[in-house]
Amino acid sequence: MTVSTTGQPAHLNRYRVQAYLGRFAVHTVLTLVGLTCLIPLILVVSISLSDELRLAKEGYQLLPVGFTTFAYEYILQEPGQILRAYGVTAFVTAFGTIAGLLVCSLLAWPLARKDFRLRGPLSFYVFFTLLFNGGMVPFYILVTRYLGLKDNIFVLILPYMVTAWYVLIIRTSFAQLPPELLDAARIDGAGEWRIFFRIVVPLSKPVLATIGLFFVLRYWNDWFLALLFIDDSSMYPLQYLLYVLMANINIMAANPQTTGMPIPTLSARMAMAVLAFGPALFTFLLLQKYFVRGITIGGLKG
Amino acid sequence: MINDKQLGRQASTPPSPRQAQKPASATVRVIHRLFGNQRELTTNLSLLSMSLPGIILLFIFAYLPMLGIVIAFKDYRFNLGILGSEWVGLENFRFLFGTDAAFRITRNTLLMNVLFISTTTACALVVAILMNEAYRSRMSKYYQTMLFFPYFISWVIVSYFVFAFLNGQTGLINRWIDALELDRIAWYRSPQYWPAILVFANLWNGIGFSSIIYLAGILGISPELFEAAKIDGAGKLQQIRFITLPMLYPMIIILTLLAIGRIFHADFGLFFFLPRDNPLLYSTTDVIDTFVYRSLVELGEISMAAAAGFYQSFVGFLLVVGANWVVRRVNEDYALY
Repeated sequence: MTVSTTGQPAHLNRYRVQAYLGRFAVHTVLTLVGLTCLIPLILVVSISLSDELRLAKEGYQLLPVGFTTFAYEYILQEPGQILRAYGVTAFVTAFGTIAGLLVCSLLAWPLARKDFRLRGPLSFYVFFTLLFNGGMVPFYILVTRYLGLKDNIFVLILPYMVTAWYVLIIRTSFAQLPPELLDAARIDGAGEWRIFFRIVVPLSKPVLATIGLFFVLRYWNDWFLALLFIDDSSMYPLQYLLYVLMANINIMAANPQTTGMPIPTLSARMAMAVLAFGPALFTFLLLQKYFVRGITIGGLKG
Repeated sequence: MINDKQLGRQASTPPSPRQAQKPASATVRVIHRLFGNQRELTTNLSLLSMSLPGIILLFIFAYLPMLGIVIAFKDYRFNLGILGSEWVGLENFRFLFGTDAAFRITRNTLLMNVLFISTTTACALVVAILMNEAYRSRMSKYYQTMLFFPYFISWVIVSYFVFAFLNGQTGLINRWIDALELDRIAWYRSPQYWPAILVFANLWNGIGFSSIIYLAGILGISPELFEAAKIDGAGKLQQIRFITLPMLYPMIIILTLLAIGRIFHADFGLFFFLPRDNPLLYSTTDVIDTFVYRSLVELGEISMAAAAGFYQSFVGFLLVVGANWVVRRVNEDYALY
């Protein structure tokens, strides 16, 4: 075995074998790690598609036992609470994302402008909120006692609208716009607001898309504000409703509307979870590249 | 898009041209000193008006609560409000640090964060290096998706995932234990397992995010370095050891220092939803954030909550500033400010 079949010295051939083995190992490990990430998702989807009686008997399995969509039919048959929660979350997400993007980018633009005299103090004003915050207690007292926003839908939106981190990422991107374009617009007599909406915004679609998606997922996934400020069950957002269901695990069984029907508690609970993360996951899959770009641009330094 | 025109006009009206030409009053002179000539003044006022909504929102939701931390030194009564409540000095803190809870929540917060930082950094580095090796492959995109999606699943949903694995009767893990003919474990009643469960959940959640950041770092390393090493006969492992890792050191140090700056803040959702706020698990899962929430909302012990919250904000601030000071000394470009 001093000379291989291809006529190369043995050590070169061995090098190639090693490279193949290496690549194989890399892909195996990554596949395993990836599957580990996926398993919880598969488990929950499987449970939601499983037969209730067999679940109770055989326990949760990684593949559906006795495949059925009954849990989904059950939930969608009595949709009252869930549909409301979807509605609340959809409204909060849509309104919050649009308003948040507008306010954040309007705040980021002056910060990106070297000719803005208050740039230094204003940067500090925005940035300082990253370093220090009053914490939960004063925030809670402020909102409930002084702003009177308890059980108001806007309490789910307003506190997140300006997020310093997002403002800094947008600012970094705005600062890279070619100044010639702005000068040209200025010579044509355009005001600052017009320049912003007609030139800055259209040229910054990628970063705005990224931050927009961060906003969408933040509002869609939020339970914190509802946990603190929403008591009225008709205003529960989706995530908070799920928490309440989890905290009172028998709430579904106690639902009087369902008498006479086999109640799929085990599977329905997981079906609810699937219905809640489904849209968020779909958004993520569709627009993943924007996230990756956003993180690599702004994740390290705003 | 109609009102940007109107707004643009509005914003440019206040300084009338007449004022600028006449020998101006003292205030006008100060304004011009600050903002420059007429055109600059117009520009600056427009820019200021743009930032106004953001300034106001930040003032209400970030700065007012900062001022509100004084309630940690007061005996807060709802009907008296923050200003009207009686000043009690350090009484609340004496009360807080007189309990066992203060030590428990501090220890848990620090310990769990140290575990989170070390496991996430180590695993993310390994994954990033592997991803870099697989970067040209078609599979690369799929790996990234699989690793990254958990980052966008809320902790409430994750608590469902964890419940599916761990619940006593039907949970997957106990079924596996059955299959191995071992004794079942009552996970939700056994605090000793929870540090590991939480570390795993945190890793699951964050590995995609962190590894993408490190991958970006690796992709930024000049390929010439690797070429040169290859010519000198360095194998893959040697390249990783002598090029990739040393080139990533500044990034690792800085990200770790920044994480240490936040070490006094726990991820509330992780610690609140996964153990399902179960008192049996508090000995290992109760952190400052969950303690503050429970005291504030569930128990109504506002003074206690305020004292713990102040303790967290204050030490957290010192840590951030300290960490940033160290980062500046390591590499100024990476400093937060």
